[in-house]
Amino acid sequence: MVMILGKPAPLLFGQLLLGIINGSFYAMLSMGLAIIFGLLRIINFAHGAMFMIGAFVTWGLFNYLGLGFWWALILSPLIVGAAGFVLERTVIQRIYKLDILYGLLLTFGLAQIMGGVMENYFGSSGVSYDTPDLLSGVLNLGFMYMPVYRGFVVFAAAIICFATWFAIEKTKLGALLRAATENPALVQAFGVNVPRLIALTFAGGVGLAALAGVLAAPLYSVNPGMGDDLINTVFAVVVIGGMGSIGGAILTGFGLGIIEGFTDVFYPPGSAVVVFVVMAAVLLARPAGLFGKA
Amino acid sequence: MLEVRGLNTWYDESHVLHGLDFEVREGEVVTLLGRNGAGKTTALKSIMGLVPRREGSIKFRGAELINARPDKVGRAGIGFCPEERGIFAGLNVTENLFLPPVVAPGGMSVEDIFILFPNLKERAKSPGTKLSGGEQQMLAIARILRTGAKLLLLDEPTEGLAPVIVQQIGLMIAEIKRRGFTVLLVEQNFRFASKLADRHYVVEHGQVVDMIPNDQLAAKMDDLHRRLGI
Repeated sequence: MVMILGKPAPLLFGQLLLGIINGSFYAMLSMGLAIIFGLLRIINFAHGAMFMIGAFVTWGLFNYLGLGFWWALILSPLIVGAAGFVLERTVIQRIYKLDILYGLLLTFGLAQIMGGVMENYFGSSGVSYDTPDLLSGVLNLGFMYMPVYRGFVVFAAAIICFATWFAIEKTKLGALLRAATENPALVQAFGVNVPRLIALTFAGGVGLAALAGVLAAPLYSVNPGMGDDLINTVFAVVVIGGMGSIGGAILTGFGLGIIEGFTDVFYPPGSAVVVFVVMAAVLLARPAGLFGKA
Repeated sequence: MLEVRGLNTWYDESHVLHGLDFEVREGEVVTLLGRNGAGKTTALKSIMGLVPRREGSIKFRGAELINARPDKVGRAGIGFCPEERGIFAGLNVTENLFLPPVVAPGGMSVEDIFILFPNLKERAKSPGTKLSGGEQQMLAIARILRTGAKLLLLDEPTEGLAPVIVQQIGLMIAEIKRRGFTVLLVEQNFRFASKLADRHYVVEHGQVVDMIPNDQLAAKMDDLHRRLGI
């Protein structure tokens, strides 16, 4: 068997793939958090819950309406995004003038409610969702075997990340969003309906979380706590990358997923804490994060 | 074109404008002159709806705007160039220029804007805030010329700029006027204002205390020097 750094190559590549997959979810979720924080100045604690709802909507679309994975890929982000739009207009917009802590408390409460409701209906162990037929099976890459669906997740996440980055950094709408992040009053004076832009941004951010939830449904068990497990790490990713940089969120997300994967090979007990060790180190050296503007 | 009557504005507990009255006719350049803190900037912000509380009447082309949100004011055809210029650091020059949405037909074409402000074309890809102060000011004015807004509110466009740049900005405002734009100008630089404006309103403690047509400016000079402290 081929050995690399004293470890069997298939194990190493397997962990690398796992790291990239986890990193895909970190990147997709931290992007949404960064977009929402940029414009709303709210740390969306309900982001993990939105991810979880996205996965449950995926499951529900199939079990109640017979609509499969590919439909869910489109419909679930739209449904969760629309719910986010309504939530922003009815509840979240009321706290913009208050201290940032209130946003944290409010969204934390919302997350608890969503988690509680889902647990009430589906139990804490949740439900399972089958891998779509088209993406089942295993691919022999020569150096390792890769489940097709896992490859698809990495591929899809890369496209989603690039598309989001492009939309924010290179389009007219993105310029509007960046400008409103800097000086919302002036952008509004130019004739832009900024309150609606803010609601749409929140919808877009949580829609991204739901899209990640769709991708996660066949991979993990769909359960009310699935977002909680992920979101703690995602917050660490955002702290490391620095708030407000989309490119930074993507690179940090994938990077930390990979670091986590390798730590699992070389020092398994450290894999659960390595992200937080990196976070502490980054905070000491660069308090605004690797890509953040101080 | 713009008619402001009995305008009162408050920031929290402080009452800044006390029944401001003035008007701007189509095609005019009108200045608000006054000391620091007299309420000139607040007057422009009140027109745009960028203050917490205001009362009175602000009529633009006959439509009442006193309760309008800032985006409605912008959409009505009023372009705003704030005192701090408001160039976005996260946007390059082109993105800054094209940021304000078109609110009416008949705005200046991009070609004309680049003829009027050649520096902006050369620096199209630079981040907005990497420009010099004068270039930022030009960009702040340029970006409201292409939106179709016909009334421009300019808040101290010469502040902190070198005399040669001030002169350039003066020429640009004259050209803007020649092209049929109407301008409400807040200025501390009295000499600059006197070369451009048709009429001047003197603002003191949130009220208009005098209106001086530009041709009577010389006669009122002593009075003005006393009032403005220059």
